[in-house]
Amino acid sequence: MASDKIPAIDDAAFQTAISSDVPCLVDFWAPWCGPCKAIGPVIEDLAEEFKGQVTILKMNVDDNPVTPGKFGIRAIPTLILFKSGEVVDQITGAVGKKQLVDLINKAL
Amino acid sequence: MKKNHYELIIVGSGPAGLTAGLYAARARIDHLVIEKGAAGGQILLTDWVDNYPGFPDGLSGFDLAEKMEAHARRFGLNTLTANVVSMDLSVTPKIIILEDGAQLSCTSLIICSGARPKRLNIPGEIAFTGKGVSYCATCDAPFYRDLHVAVVGGGNSAVQEASYLTKFASRVTLIHRRDTLRATKIVQEKAFANKKIDFILSSQVTAIEGDKGVERIQLIDNDGRKTTLAVDGIFILIGVIPNNEMLPLDLLQAEHNGFIPTDNETRTAIPGVMAAGDIRSKEMRQIVNAAGEGATAVLAAEHYLNHLTI
Repeated sequence: MASDKIPAIDDAAFQTAISSDVPCLVDFWAPWCGPCKAIGPVIEDLAEEFKGQVTILKMNVDDNPVTPGKFGIRAIPTLILFKSGEVVDQITGAVGKKQLVDLINKAL
Repeated sequence: MKKNHYELIIVGSGPAGLTAGLYAARARIDHLVIEKGAAGGQILLTDWVDNYPGFPDGLSGFDLAEKMEAHARRFGLNTLTANVVSMDLSVTPKIIILEDGAQLSCTSLIICSGARPKRLNIPGEIAFTGKGVSYCATCDAPFYRDLHVAVVGGGNSAVQEASYLTKFASRVTLIHRRDTLRATKIVQEKAFANKKIDFILSSQVTAIEGDKGVERIQLIDNDGRKTTLAVDGIFILIGVIPNNEMLPLDLLQAEHNGFIPTDNETRTAIPGVMAAGDIRSKEMRQIVNAAGEGATAVLAAEHYLNHLTI
C-alpha cells in the first residue's frame, strides 16, 4: 500500500535509485492487492529498523508498467533487493517479517 | 512498564479474530488481538464477497476487511502486530511467544490463526511462484491481460476466481481432478455461461514448465492419457492448509490434517482455549461462520474467566 513513511519510486527514477551501493529493497504493489496491504505494516517496521543501512522504496505497478515488466513480475507483492544495480534476491507473497529480515541481511 | 498479561489473547485477525475482538471489546474484556500483518486474513485474497449477509450488492474482500476492522476499533479493539512462533498451553497462565523472543501471557486464548492456500507439490510450482504460478487471482489477474491462464480446482474459490480472471485473461481453462465441480450452483452457473472459460475435468496437473516464466503445463487424465497445455499462468486454488505451526498440536488433539477440533461452543481440548474460523476442524470454511465462531468463542472465554474468579 501507499505509505507516508516509505518513499514511492517511478519508472523514470528507478535505475538511479537501485544503482547505489547502499542496498535497496523495492516493494512492488498495487491498490487492488490485499496481501500488499497485509505486509504494509511490516515493511514500515523494516524501514524504521534498517534506517541508514537499507533504502526501502515502493513502486505502484499500475502507474509504472516498465520496471515490473523488465523483472518479469507476474505476482504481487514482490520484493526485490538490489545492490549496486544488481538483483541480490527476491520474495513474492505476503511473507513474515523474519523472512524479509533474512532477505535484507543478504545484502548487508 | 509495558503490559504483558491479558485476560484474553486472540491470535489472528481474519473474520474470526476481528469478530472475537469486537465482542471482547464490547464485553470490556482485557484483551489483545495479535495480527501478523494488516487485518483481514484470507478475505484479502478474495476479489468479491457476495455471500456475506447485510451487503446486498456484495463488496470486495478488501473493503469487508476494512469495515470489520473499523467496526471493532470503534469499540476499542486492542491490537499488536507480531508473529506468534510458539505457545505453552500446559501452564497457567498460558504463554505466547513472539518472533522477536518477547513473551506474553493470558488467562484465556482464542486461536484464529486461519489457513493458507494449499500447494499442488508438483515440479515447477515453487520455481515459478510469482513468475506465472499464483495462489491469488485478485492480486495477480491484472498481469494476465489478453493471455491464457489455467485455474486448478473445482471448489468455490477456483470457480469464482476463474470467472474473475476472464475480466483480464482472453482465455481461462479450469482444470479439476473430478468429473463434476464442487462449487455452489450459482457460482458454477456463472462460470458455465462464460464463453471465455473452458473446462478440463477428470484431469490433474503433473508439472509446470517454462523458461523464465510459465509457458506450459503437463496434464494427465484419470485414464492415464498425458497432454500438454500451453498457458501463460496457472492459478492454484485447491483448498487450504491450517496455519498451525505455532500450536501445540498434541495438547490440542489436532486432527491428522492439522485442524483443531472443538465442541459446539468452540472449546478445544485445553480448558480456556478456544478455536474459531478456518483453523477449526469443520466442513464449511466461509466468512460468515468464521465470524459467528469468533463471537461464540468470546462467550466461551467469558464463561471461563468468570468461572475462575468465583
